[in-house]
Amino acid sequence: MSSASVLNPADVPQSAIKAAAPMPDIMPPVKARKGLWGYMYRNPSIAIGGTIVLLMVLMAIFAPLLWTVDPTALAPARRTREPSALYWFGTDMLGRDVYSRVVYGARVSLIVGFAVAVLASAIGLTIGLVSGFVRWADSIVMRVMDGMMSIPPILLAIALMALTRGSVGNVIIAITIAEVPRVSRLVRGVVLSLREQPYVDAAVSCGTRTPVIIWRHILPNTVAPMTVQATYICASAMIVESILSFIGAGTPPIIPSWGNIMAEGRALWQVKPYIVFFPALFLSITVLAVNLLGDGLRDALDPRMAKRI
Amino acid sequence: MFAYVVRRILATIPVMAVVALFVFSLLYVAPGDPAAVIAGDQATPDDVERIRQSLGLDRPYLVRFGAWVFDIMRGDLGVSIFTNLPVVTMIQQRIEPTLSLMVVTLILAVSIAVPMGVVAAWKVGTWMDRAVMGFAVLGFSVPVFVVGYLLAYVFALELDWLPVQGYTPFSQGFVPWFENLILPAIALGSVYIALIARITRATMLEVLQQDYIRTARAKGAGQPSILFLHALKNAAVPIVTVIGIGIALLIGGAVVTESVFAIPGLGRLTVDAILRRDYPVIQGVVLLFSFVYVLVNLVIDLLYTLFDPRIRY
Amino acid sequence: MALLEVENLQTHFRAPDGVNRAVDGLNFHVNAGETVAIVGESGCGKSVTAMSILRLIPEPPGKIAGSIRFNGRDLLKLSDREMRAIRGNEISMIFQEPMTSLNPVLTVGRQIGETLRLHQGMSKSQAEARAVEMLKLVGIPEPERRVKEYPHQLSGGMRQRVMIAIALACNPKLLIADEPTTALDVTIQAQILDLMRDLKHRVGAAIVIITHDLGVVAEVAERVIVMYAGRKVEEAAVEKLFRSPRHPYTQGLLGSMPKLGSSLTGDETRLQEIPGLVPSLKRKLDGCVFASRCAYATDMCRKVAPALEEKAEGHIAACHYAIKEAVAA
Repeated sequence: MSSASVLNPADVPQSAIKAAAPMPDIMPPVKARKGLWGYMYRNPSIAIGGTIVLLMVLMAIFAPLLWTVDPTALAPARRTREPSALYWFGTDMLGRDVYSRVVYGARVSLIVGFAVAVLASAIGLTIGLVSGFVRWADSIVMRVMDGMMSIPPILLAIALMALTRGSVGNVIIAITIAEVPRVSRLVRGVVLSLREQPYVDAAVSCGTRTPVIIWRHILPNTVAPMTVQATYICASAMIVESILSFIGAGTPPIIPSWGNIMAEGRALWQVKPYIVFFPALFLSITVLAVNLLGDGLRDALDPRMAKRI
Repeated sequence: MFAYVVRRILATIPVMAVVALFVFSLLYVAPGDPAAVIAGDQATPDDVERIRQSLGLDRPYLVRFGAWVFDIMRGDLGVSIFTNLPVVTMIQQRIEPTLSLMVVTLILAVSIAVPMGVVAAWKVGTWMDRAVMGFAVLGFSVPVFVVGYLLAYVFALELDWLPVQGYTPFSQGFVPWFENLILPAIALGSVYIALIARITRATMLEVLQQDYIRTARAKGAGQPSILFLHALKNAAVPIVTVIGIGIALLIGGAVVTESVFAIPGLGRLTVDAILRRDYPVIQGVVLLFSFVYVLVNLVIDLLYTLFDPRIRY
Repeated sequence: MALLEVENLQTHFRAPDGVNRAVDGLNFHVNAGETVAIVGESGCGKSVTAMSILRLIPEPPGKIAGSIRFNGRDLLKLSDREMRAIRGNEISMIFQEPMTSLNPVLTVGRQIGETLRLHQGMSKSQAEARAVEMLKLVGIPEPERRVKEYPHQLSGGMRQRVMIAIALACNPKLLIADEPTTALDVTIQAQILDLMRDLKHRVGAAIVIITHDLGVVAEVAERVIVMYAGRKVEEAAVEKLFRSPRHPYTQGLLGSMPKLGSSLTGDETRLQEIPGLVPSLKRKLDGCVFASRCAYATDMCRKVAPALEEKAEGHIAACHYAIKEAVAA
C-alpha cells in the first residue's frame, strides 16, 4: 500500500471532520481498593480467621490474667451452678469454674493443633521428598502410606491412643501418625510434577546435586501448598483431640481441655447443657477461624488450587 | 475390562496386607509390656500372665502375625479379653445399627450435598453461594458430637419431634427405625455434606466454563438441563471419588455419633473396647472398617465407566 | 426490513480493575439469506458480539445494552424463556473449538436430538432418526453407527460437521459461525466451508461468519464488517473492501496477508505488519481507537473520534482522512 491510500490531512477541511457520538457508561465504574483495608476487603477470610486465631492464642497465653480461678479447684458445695455474674459459664458437677476451665482449655487445643501441624508437615515433607527422589524407596513408602490411608484417621488415632497412657504428648503423636500419609502424598505429588519442569531438567542435566535441587527448586514450591495444608491439619487435629478426649481416650481428665470439659458434661447434658455448650462454642469458633485462615491462604497463595476446591 | 478388574482387585492385596500388619503391630508399638498395658494399673501379675498367654505373646512376632492372618482368613478375629466372646460374634451383634446409620447418612448427605453444590456453582458469587460455602466451613469446623448434642437438644428435648437417643431395629418397622436415625444421620453427615458440597461446587464451576456448556446454552437448553444433564454428568467422577474417600469421615464420626445418641453399634463397641483396653476387639473393628473402606473405593473405581465413556480399561 | 438489526450494541464486563468495554457502540444489519463476515484481530470484540446476539454473555459480570432486533423483535427485551425458544431454533451457532464444544459424556445422536426435542417436540426415537438424517446431510459416513458414538471417537473435522448438524437441525433463519474453521487442518477447512456454502443454499439461512482469516472471508462472504477495539471501523461488499480498503486498519490487515503466486523476494510483496498493540478497553478513548497504531494519525485523530461515514456507495469507514468518492445522494 502506498501513502495514497488516505487523503493528505492538509486537504481535509475542518468542516469535513465529523465526530462519532460518544457511548454512555452502562455499568458503574469499578473502584480498586488499595492498602491494608483493600487487602482485608479482598481477603476477608484471612482477616477474620487470623484475628480470631490471634485472640485465642492471646487468651491461652494470658489465661491466668483473665479473671480466672484455678481451673482444677474442686468445690463440691457449689456443684452445677447455672451461669451467673459470679460463675460466668457456671460450674461443673465437681464445682469447678467452667469459665476458667474453658479459658485454660484453649492451651491444650492450640498446642495440639500447632504441634501436629508442624510435626506432620515436617515428617510428611521428608517422606514425600524421599519418595519423590529415591525411586526404589518410592514404591515401598507409597504402599505403606496407602495402607495407612485405608484406616480412617480418627479410628487410627483412637487405636493408637487405646494402648498408650493418656497424655498430651501421646495425643500429638497419635494424631500426627494419622495425618502423615496425606501430607506425604501431597509433597510427593508436588515433587513429581516439579521434576517434569524444564528448569529442573536443565538443573539436573547441568550436574546440579540433588540436595541443591531440592533446596533451590523443590522446597520453595512446596511452601505455598504446605502452608495451606498445615492450616487444615491444625484445624483437623483440634477436632480429633476433642473427639479423643470426649470418648475418654485423649488428654488425661486432670488437664482441662475442651474435649474433657464436654466429656465431663456429657452425663448432665439434658439438664445442664451449658457445661457442654461453652467449650463446644469455643472449640467450634477456633476451628472455624483456622479453617477460614486456610481458605484465605489457599486463595491468596495458590490460585490454581483455589479453583479446585 | 475383565483384566482390569482382576488387576485392580489384586492391587488391593498389598494395601490390605499393610493394614493388617499395621493393626497387628499396634499392640507392640506402645512402650513397655503390652500385656501389662492391657491389664491396666490394678492388675495382678496373674492377670498379666493370663493376658500374655491369651494373646500368644510368648511366641515370636512373625509367627504370631502369620497365625493371626491365618485365623482372619478363616473368619476368626480372636476372643474378647473382657467378655470372652469371639470378636466376630460381637461384631455381628452390633453391625445392624452401624450399617443402618451409615447407609441413611450416605443417602441423606449425597441427596442434600450434591444439589447444594450445584446451586452454589450456578449462583456463584451470590448470597446463595456464600450460604453454601459458609455452611461448608461450619460443617468442617463444628465437631460431630457438638452437632449431635445441638440437634438432640433442639429437636428432641425442646421441640419433642424425634426420639432423643437409642436405636430401634429395622425388624420393628421402618418408621421407628428411621425416626431414631434422622438426628444421628444429620449430625454424622454434617462434615460429609460439607465435603461433598464443596467438591461439587468446585467441579461444577470448572465444568460450567467448558465450551460444551456454551453449546448447550446456544441450543436453547434450560437451566435444569444444563446443570443436571450437561454439567453434572461431566462432574460426576471427582464427586463420586470424594464420596468414596469421605466414607473415612463417616466411619470415624460413627464412633462418636453412636456415643452421643446411645446407639448400640460398632462405634460404641469400639469406645467400650478402648476404655477396657480390649485389644482383640479394637483390632477386629479397625480391620473390618478398613476393609469396608478399601472395598467401597474399589467398587467406585470400577464404576467410573458408567459416568465417563472416555474411561476405558 | 433486515433479518437482524444491531443498534448501538454495547457489551461491557466488570473486571477487578475497571470496566472492560469489549463492544462499544456497534451497528450493523444482516438481510435474510445473506452471508456477512465480521473480521478483526483477536480481542476486537467479534466473538463477544456473536455471544451478545444470542445473549450467551453471563450477566453479571457482563452487561449488554442497545438493541438487537431479530425479525422485528428486540432480543434484549425478551424473557429468558422466549430467548431459549429462539436459541438453536431460529438462530443457532457454531463455535471455534470442535474438540471441546461437544459434550464428552453424551452420544452424538443425543446432542443433535436434544435441539429437535427442545424446539420441535420430537420424541426420543423421532429425534434419533432425524439425527441420522442430519449426519448424512453433513456428509458423515455410516451415520447409523456414528449416531451412537461419543465425541472422543470422532476426528476434529467430523466433530465440526456434527456441530453444523446440531446448528442446522431446526432450519434456523440465522446461523452464527464463530471461527468455524480456525482449529482445523487446511484441507478440512476447505471441506467445512464448502459444506457451509452448500447447506446455506439448501436451508436458505443467513450466515454471520466471524473470523480473523481474510481467506475465509473472500471465499464465503458477501459483505464484510471490520471491527477494531470493540467498534466497527469499516464495512463494504467483499469485492469493494478487498479492492479498495478505506480504513488504514483494513489496509494493514490486507497487507499482512500473503498473496498466492507472488515471489518471496520482491520488495513490494513483503508482508506488512501493523505495529503496536490494541489499546486497553478499560478506559474511554477520546480520539480514534486506531490512532495509536496508525501511520497517518494526526492530532485531530487523537482528539476527535471519527464518525462512520459513507466514503463510496455502500462503503462506510470511520476515518477522517479516508479517500472519498462522490456518493449519489
